[in-house]
Amino acid sequence: MAVKSKRQQMVDMAVLAPLDWVDERTGAVRGTKWFLFRNVPRDTSWMQTLGSAALTAFIVQALTGAILAMYYEPSAAINPVTGEPIAYSTIVAITDELTLGWLVRGMHRWGASVFIILIFLHMGRVFLFGAYKYPRELTWITGVLILATGMLMGFTGYLLPWDQTAYWASAVGINLNGTAPFAGPWLAQFLAGGPEIGPETLPKFYAMHMLLIPGALIALIGVHIYLVTRLGVSSPPWSSEAAGRERPPVKPPSSTRAGLVRGSGGD
Amino acid sequence: LSDPGHDTPHVSGPSLWPIGFAIGVACLLLGLVISWIVAVIGAVFAIVFGFLWARGVTRDVREDVPEIEPEARAAAEEAQAAQAAADAAKAREPLPAYSRSHFLSASTLGLGAAIGAIVTLPVLGFTVLPSFTNIEEDEADLGPIDNFPEGEYVIASFLANPKQGEVSRRTAFVRNNGPADNGEPSFTILYSRCVHLGCPVQPNGPIDEENRKEIDGVELRPVLAQSFGCPCHGGLYDSEGNRRAGPPVRSLDRLTFSIKDRRLILGELYAVGNVSGTGANAQIARYPWSVPGTHVDGVEAWLYPIVPSQVTG
Repeated sequence: MAVKSKRQQMVDMAVLAPLDWVDERTGAVRGTKWFLFRNVPRDTSWMQTLGSAALTAFIVQALTGAILAMYYEPSAAINPVTGEPIAYSTIVAITDELTLGWLVRGMHRWGASVFIILIFLHMGRVFLFGAYKYPRELTWITGVLILATGMLMGFTGYLLPWDQTAYWASAVGINLNGTAPFAGPWLAQFLAGGPEIGPETLPKFYAMHMLLIPGALIALIGVHIYLVTRLGVSSPPWSSEAAGRERPPVKPPSSTRAGLVRGSGGD
Repeated sequence: LSDPGHDTPHVSGPSLWPIGFAIGVACLLLGLVISWIVAVIGAVFAIVFGFLWARGVTRDVREDVPEIEPEARAAAEEAQAAQAAADAAKAREPLPAYSRSHFLSASTLGLGAAIGAIVTLPVLGFTVLPSFTNIEEDEADLGPIDNFPEGEYVIASFLANPKQGEVSRRTAFVRNNGPADNGEPSFTILYSRCVHLGCPVQPNGPIDEENRKEIDGVELRPVLAQSFGCPCHGGLYDSEGNRRAGPPVRSLDRLTFSIKDRRLILGELYAVGNVSGTGANAQIARYPWSVPGTHVDGVEAWLYPIVPSQVTG
């Protein structure tokens, strides 16, 4: 083995040794390399980045949503000071009074549309490229579930400003569910928490919007990304490379050094 | 892909027990709303079919057990000797149907499922049932009947449940029809929610704001209207609430009423299939209230055989 320079030794001590310590106990570095350093077809393009873009949009939604939850209060009761419902008052305060609240609420409000639009573009790309075919059927199915869950996020989030648009759009949305055969009236009454939108509807939608559905959505995204990593990116239809070629297994490291060096593990 | 080995089925054919189990669970949940007898029947169904299902699923595993020989790790001749001894032992006493590890894994799974069910079922019940139980609304008092001029609609806005506050504010269009043929007072009380998808229907006519009254949280505004329109999707109703145009699937919902001390008291909400005749002489096809957009009469009503208001009253 070549004699290492002093600088190299310092890097080893400061960076690689702690990483190795962690990796030996958790496999985290190997896992990260498995996730990041994978074979990608030669002829991928910007089209293949739509999924990552949708993920980024989701992360923006999660972060801005968590911050908005610090200032928003899902109550239909009347604020005695403003004479308006508390939920609406807090939305007005976020938008008009709290510093940069307009920006974060705007990011969350418009980001919701961006998220759905990116999912649709991503879905169209996968469909037109035939990337849903063997062995990626389950990736497609989890993706469809992510789209449905994302729409549920939109449905439950739309009520939260508790203004006239929110109220009546949600009334229409709930009653739209109510027209489904057999179970429809039951579903509508479950969603509204009674025959009509009432005081329980708003906290119920809020809990679904920020706790239940995001939990499901994060789990689905995890499965989706795991499958994408495991199965690899498919070649475009015009590619000369064989689509669906199995990915070679990650070689065990030749030494105990895990070392985050590109190409040292993946191929 | 055409490897014939892939074509051999690995699992036993589909079983009907899970469907019976699901019906039992559904019956149990429905029974919690309707009556305890239905719940008990559902529980019995769920238990019986669940047992049959579990038995069917584990049949292969249970029958395989006697064939497993976990002790066959020894060298060949030792194995033969052991085989002979085992055969002798087998001749003396039958092997147990369950090995210890099978029993332990099965009991762990079973206990886990039982604990999961004990935790999940009450939570599921609490998720669903409050939307369907104890939802009776108070009777709304619209004030003296003298405030309702004969033959003219009044837009009445009131709190259906004062404890809930403004969120329970409802609007109804009230017309005093004058005395009916039998001399009793008659009112036409249309509920303002469009029976297409629940938007607020508006009277098509000028509102007499000068004669607006507000008493005890009830707001009354006379209006000159012979029809009602919905701003959302263009539903149009005539003066009796019959659909004249647009997407609504039935006539406007109505409210029952009673008169106490010459005050108009609103009762329960009900759905209306069709109204023939007008005012005090109207023939109203009355049905239990259902969600807007659902048919209450005709063939399409078969799509909604049981609606919540029929069950919870």
